[in-house]
Amino acid sequence: MDWDAFNLSLRLGGLTVLILIPLAILAGRVLAGSQTRAKPAIEALFALPLVLPPTVIGFYLMSAFGSGHAFGRFYESVFGHSLVFSFEGLLIASIIVNIPFAMQPIQRAFEAVGAELHEASASCGNGWWRTLLRVDLPLAWPGILTGTALTFAHTLGEFGVVLMVGGSIPGETRTISIAIYDRVQAFDDAAAGEMAAVLLALSLTTIALTFFLTQRIGRRRG
Amino acid sequence: MDRGLSVHIAQDAPFPLEAAFDVAPGEVMALVGPSGSGKTTVLRSIAGFHQPQRGRIACNGTVWFDAAARIAVPPRERRAGFVFQSYALFPHMTAIQNVMEALGDLPPSGRMEAARALLARVHLDTHGERHPAELSGGEQQRVAVARALARRPDVLLMDEPFSAVDRMTRRKLRQELEELRRELPMPIVLVTHDLDDVRRLADRLCVMHRGQVLQRGTTQDVLARPASATVAELLDIG
Repeated sequence: MDWDAFNLSLRLGGLTVLILIPLAILAGRVLAGSQTRAKPAIEALFALPLVLPPTVIGFYLMSAFGSGHAFGRFYESVFGHSLVFSFEGLLIASIIVNIPFAMQPIQRAFEAVGAELHEASASCGNGWWRTLLRVDLPLAWPGILTGTALTFAHTLGEFGVVLMVGGSIPGETRTISIAIYDRVQAFDDAAAGEMAAVLLALSLTTIALTFFLTQRIGRRRG
Repeated sequence: MDRGLSVHIAQDAPFPLEAAFDVAPGEVMALVGPSGSGKTTVLRSIAGFHQPQRGRIACNGTVWFDAAARIAVPPRERRAGFVFQSYALFPHMTAIQNVMEALGDLPPSGRMEAARALLARVHLDTHGERHPAELSGGEQQRVAVARALARRPDVLLMDEPFSAVDRMTRRKLRQELEELRRELPMPIVLVTHDLDDVRRLADRLCVMHRGQVLQRGTTQDVLARPASATVAELLDIG
């Protein structure tokens, strides 16, 4: 069992959730209440990582992170090292790849709250932020929980983009998925099987817990 | 008019609408008309949920909306109590929390007591800890009225407040509102298509059809002397 890879995956999943979910909450709430004509185009852009092959996303991110691109050069001049084959690069890639997994359930949950409750909140004297805190978040949090669980579980299992952007540097970019692949390549089926079982158990627990909590909340609210 | 509500709004799209009326403090104005006549849009315009293309809305001397002067006070600053047709109670809050939500102007220590007093006013003081799903339609309507009154609004807007309850409950609620309105100092605008509501509650009447005001005046006058055959038909006067 490659515990370094396991811990790195947990760290990557946790940080992806910590950074992406607050952004998805804000973007999901804005999009849910938006009437703009550009809404379908924005939604399509956010959903793009779902349909793009991971190698295509990985290729574009690798190009952007490299010293041949303004973004890559800017990052290197500020932080002193390249994003390619680094944990930070992996984290940025993970956030981008997971946007639809976080956004979809969160936006749908906000849409389900409905315009009338927002109007009721405004007539109570509440502004946008207070309505978000007092009305939207308490009602939409099963969707937020689902988005969080999907993001975390998907980060643990992400392979293609991680391999292209991060490679397989032990302790830096080798996640548990990459470690499993490496072990299979080395004909070490026992270690690969052990890690695969751990990943399966962790993913299953995360999703099951989410469904259990969501159902409990649903029952409690009638 | 310095005191009370003054409404003059018009639009060509998304559907044509033109309405103008004044409501004095303590007076109940009923907007009557068939579905699609624009009465709910008028109510939503007063609350600030809809912005018409032209016109002016003022309450107690404060301009809430003036298209020419590009004034549009946001709904949360208008002090308009709104009773929604489906009540729009916050499902995750108890009855008392729903009322307290509109008491943000008061110091936190005084909100609970004020909310209890408001629920007692609508005869619901024993149901404060229940969630909306545990309340009957009539009880939910009372919570909605208590919440609308909680901000000490300058105007009370009621959108078909009795449409979601059975006939017996409707009669009881109407009677309670009849008693309550005598104590309320603000203008009240009531959207309804029920003539019993109009006869029992409204001082004045505004008959709307296809986005236009066909007739307005005191309830007695309009019911006794409909201005046209269409008004008579809409008011079901034989």
